[in-house]
Amino acid sequence: MQEIRFHGRGGQGTVVASVILAKAFFKAGYDVQTFPVFGVERRGAPVEAYLRLDHQKILIRSNLYTPDHIVVQDAKLFDVADVTRGLKPGGWILINGQKPPQGLDLSGFRVALVDGTRIALENRLGTRTHPIINTAMIGAFAKIMEVPSLEILQDAISEEIPIKIQANVDAARDAYAAVRF
Amino acid sequence: MKEVIEGSHAVSEAVRMARVQVMSAYPITPQTHIVEALSEYCADGRMEASFICVESEHSAMAACIGASSGGVRTFTASSSHGLALMHELLHWASAARLPIVMAEVNRALGPGWNIWMDQTDSLSQRDTGWIQLYCEDGQEVFDTTLQAFRLAETVNLPVMVVLDAFFLSHTYEPVDLPDQETADRFLPPFVPNIRLEHENPCAMSQMAPPGHYMEMRHAIQGAMETVFETFSEIEADFDAVFGRKYGMLEAVECEDAEVILVVTGTAASTCRQVVADLRKKGERIGMVKLKMFRPFPLEAIRETLGGARKIAVLDRNFSFGASGIFAQEIRAALCNHPGHPQVFGYIGGLGGRDITTDTLETIYRMTKESPEPARESVWVGLKEEE
Repeated sequence: MQEIRFHGRGGQGTVVASVILAKAFFKAGYDVQTFPVFGVERRGAPVEAYLRLDHQKILIRSNLYTPDHIVVQDAKLFDVADVTRGLKPGGWILINGQKPPQGLDLSGFRVALVDGTRIALENRLGTRTHPIINTAMIGAFAKIMEVPSLEILQDAISEEIPIKIQANVDAARDAYAAVRF
Repeated sequence: MKEVIEGSHAVSEAVRMARVQVMSAYPITPQTHIVEALSEYCADGRMEASFICVESEHSAMAACIGASSGGVRTFTASSSHGLALMHELLHWASAARLPIVMAEVNRALGPGWNIWMDQTDSLSQRDTGWIQLYCEDGQEVFDTTLQAFRLAETVNLPVMVVLDAFFLSHTYEPVDLPDQETADRFLPPFVPNIRLEHENPCAMSQMAPPGHYMEMRHAIQGAMETVFETFSEIEADFDAVFGRKYGMLEAVECEDAEVILVVTGTAASTCRQVVADLRKKGERIGMVKLKMFRPFPLEAIRETLGGARKIAVLDRNFSFGASGIFAQEIRAALCNHPGHPQVFGYIGGLGGRDITTDTLETIYRMTKESPEPARESVWVGLKEEE
């Protein structure tokens, strides 16, 4: 079983990102389970979502404490939360940004970077102050994991996102190509 | 076809395919997603139903009572304080013998204000005459909701389908959803035995003086006692159409078990993993998942647990001044069974605290290592006092 933890802020579509990825992995033949960290959601507040993937039925229904990989939608979250807590050695940290955050010891982990904000704005998703970066982040994540395929991910985005479908599909594709690791 | 959907929407989909005619509900976290989807289905024509907006849960149940008395299939959903506010009318619905179905998302009661998982809300409604069925995953939620209408309408009693807050209500997972035609094959339209109608005026729920009341109560219990057989028949029919069945309770690896854990809701799912893992290490652990709480399946409990060595009951609920509620019921069921096993009671996971594989393994080991229960209830996962 693989466990992934998403870190974002209320209003960034963190939970939606996790749901789209779950649906895409399901299409790719996995059993999946995803849920938000259960709090009272507020715009701008740190939020988390969990995703479990397995090739057999997932039975465990507790919270997730030792993720295999994490996705960080806002690098400033490193300042306010223990983002890497429980992360397994060798796990991926996918960060929305151009360079790794300064002054952090991320040794023992694998760091991947994608400028999700730039990609979102290029695709006119959200505004300069509130770019909608979630579809870019999952595009980058799919590239790092080498699964699900871009085609499956694009299908899942098309089915899940009610508006600006093409822009979201394009953002995922752009991030898939642009992620550095 | 399997789709990745939220537990709440597994309820909504089942209610849609049950062709419910009248719904009434008042939103409360974590139940709201269920009725949000249903109100959308009413608005966009996917359901031909009336959604009655009301100012409280008390009124929601009153609306369901009115609609059900008129002979239509009726649904509501609630949680926690909302369910507590319905309490008076829960008694009314069952004593009026109305087959209302409710989804109840287990949430703690305040204060301290808490929106998270806790079973004390539904278990506080233990004596209201509602059938209660506890679910473990999204598929069971869908299946049980569809079955609940047939069960309610067969025995003329209301049914509560119970699911864990967030761990189930807000969790997305694959759920096999049938097409409408297949759902219809299992669940025919509701044909009420009696109903309020213009052509044949009558009064319902009149005064019942001492000369009548007791027989009416006895009749409700008589209906409750038919639930076991009816439920099994409905499950057999469901299995024939959909290829799935659950049972009032389910025993896993109990034959030679030294300790049997009794669990409910999503903790049962996590417990399956613990049983599988510990069995591989040679531990003689078994589990019983309790699905039906009202009526309480006494015979099945005695048959499954009467000969056990040690039983550990995990209660995600508490009756102040007494103990965990499932443990109480299991002790009562076994007390007249000759040579009955010791029942160890554990309290955990209140107000959304997590039940992990470690929690369940701890309970197993504590029970295995204790010659007898030290107390009625042992609270697990409490923080050290500061």
